[in-house]
Amino acid sequence: MKTYHEINEKIRKGQAVVVTAEEVAAMAREASPEEIAEKVDVVTTATFGAMCSSGAFINFGHADPQIRMEKIRLNGVPAYEGLAAVDTYIGATAVHPDNPIYGGAHVIEELISGKDVVLEAWGKGTDCYPRKHIKTVINKNSVNEMFMFNPRNAYQNYNVAVNTTSSTKYTYMGTLLPNLRNATYSTSGELSPLLNDPEFRTIGIGTRIFIGGTTGYVVWPGTQFNTSKPKNELGVPVSNAATIAVIGNMKNMSSEFIKAAYYERYGVSMFIGIGIPIPILDADMARRVSINNSQIETSVLDYGTVGTPKLGQVTYEQLRSGTIKVNGKKVRTAPVASLSKARHIAALLKNQIQKGEFMLQQPVELFPENTSLNSLQEIDPESKGGAL
Amino acid sequence: MRMVKRRYVLKFPPKSGDKPLSYVLVKDYDIRINILKAEVVPGKRGNLLLELQGRQTNITQGINYLKSQQIECTPLDKTITLEQDKCIHCGNCTAVCFAGALTMHPETWELQFDKSKCIVCELCLKACPLNLFEIDFHDDAE
Repeated sequence: MKTYHEINEKIRKGQAVVVTAEEVAAMAREASPEEIAEKVDVVTTATFGAMCSSGAFINFGHADPQIRMEKIRLNGVPAYEGLAAVDTYIGATAVHPDNPIYGGAHVIEELISGKDVVLEAWGKGTDCYPRKHIKTVINKNSVNEMFMFNPRNAYQNYNVAVNTTSSTKYTYMGTLLPNLRNATYSTSGELSPLLNDPEFRTIGIGTRIFIGGTTGYVVWPGTQFNTSKPKNELGVPVSNAATIAVIGNMKNMSSEFIKAAYYERYGVSMFIGIGIPIPILDADMARRVSINNSQIETSVLDYGTVGTPKLGQVTYEQLRSGTIKVNGKKVRTAPVASLSKARHIAALLKNQIQKGEFMLQQPVELFPENTSLNSLQEIDPESKGGAL
Repeated sequence: MRMVKRRYVLKFPPKSGDKPLSYVLVKDYDIRINILKAEVVPGKRGNLLLELQGRQTNITQGINYLKSQQIECTPLDKTITLEQDKCIHCGNCTAVCFAGALTMHPETWELQFDKSKCIVCELCLKACPLNLFEIDFHDDAE
């Protein structure tokens, strides 16, 4: 048994033993969870994938005379106007009305890389904010704050996408060719953060993480946080289950780890690099992080059919082999999230912890247990007796 | 001056068969012509696959002359190029590449592009979320 305090003391002294989740999975072929818990202090996990539910808060600072911004465009992309006078939130998936391949994610990436962005805003003019219009240029140095706040990132497992229909489907899981001619998958498997702590003993509110090239935090369970999805015998969910809401200072981020994306006939999204260190408090945590690709399963869903019916279940080892079997047919697989980037992040985080530059933070509150999801019901407001 | 070879598919409208096009290309533009494939039906549209050898400026002018005669000219020398330094190795392009030109390295999981296997189907152009593929019409110069 180790405490956070003991592990942080070792990190501070430069004595912590840190390995990546892939390295510990390899170690576990010969070492028991008890031996790993004895030897290893921290395991680093990482992912680099498109995460649509992301965006950024920005405060522009006040102009003279002041304006209460009631309609805001950043490089032509609509940003949220219902946040006081000069605050906004720009969503990654917001798009330019005349150029739908350019969106919020592109604005965010450009701000991070230090480029100038055109801000145009309108207000009705009030006694205290008389101005009605402004068109100017902002960048990372001119704004007061810009921080990324992503309501749903780092999905714990994700589905494999296939298409059984006779026409090509363009999705956020990439281009799905007709008649089961390809299958795409997204998670970094045994390196994926939330698969290495499936019951959230160490990842919770307050966990310090690597995000977009800087230090950030887990701030809440992510939206659609679901602990009720079916699990395999190792307690690992076999489809998309839990998520995290995360925050990080965008002024310190790097466009190496934040990349705007456009998916044909789908829209704009954003690749985000996240790394999470997992303290090996005891043999149970060692057992959790030792999981390998042959033990992590996920569901194959038909994205061509309404309701995305499940066609099968495969392991990440099978997905990485290049082909899986679906409906008795051999189907070629392709990733849609970057394993090489995820490995790079896991190695960077390992290095930072080894050098004493990144301390672990114990969650201030653990995630809820036994959560499930509501779906959106269609209710006729009139049937509520007009009280609405 | 450097000599280059270019391949073009020419599509002829019905009434262009009586013009001495190849004579003009040879005499006025100093282009050596090699007919690789021809499908011509008198009174209807015809297709011709030509290999043109000469100076690049002359070939460009010769093609412009053909276009002025209402002949559609499509270069066959196009290749796919990738801005490799911007690639994040997500793998989206490998999902659509049936020629096996775009694959993930099984150890490093970085994208590998074997141009010799590329059949220029162009599916990768739209599959790349970072828009890093382009068609290059001016490669293969000798």
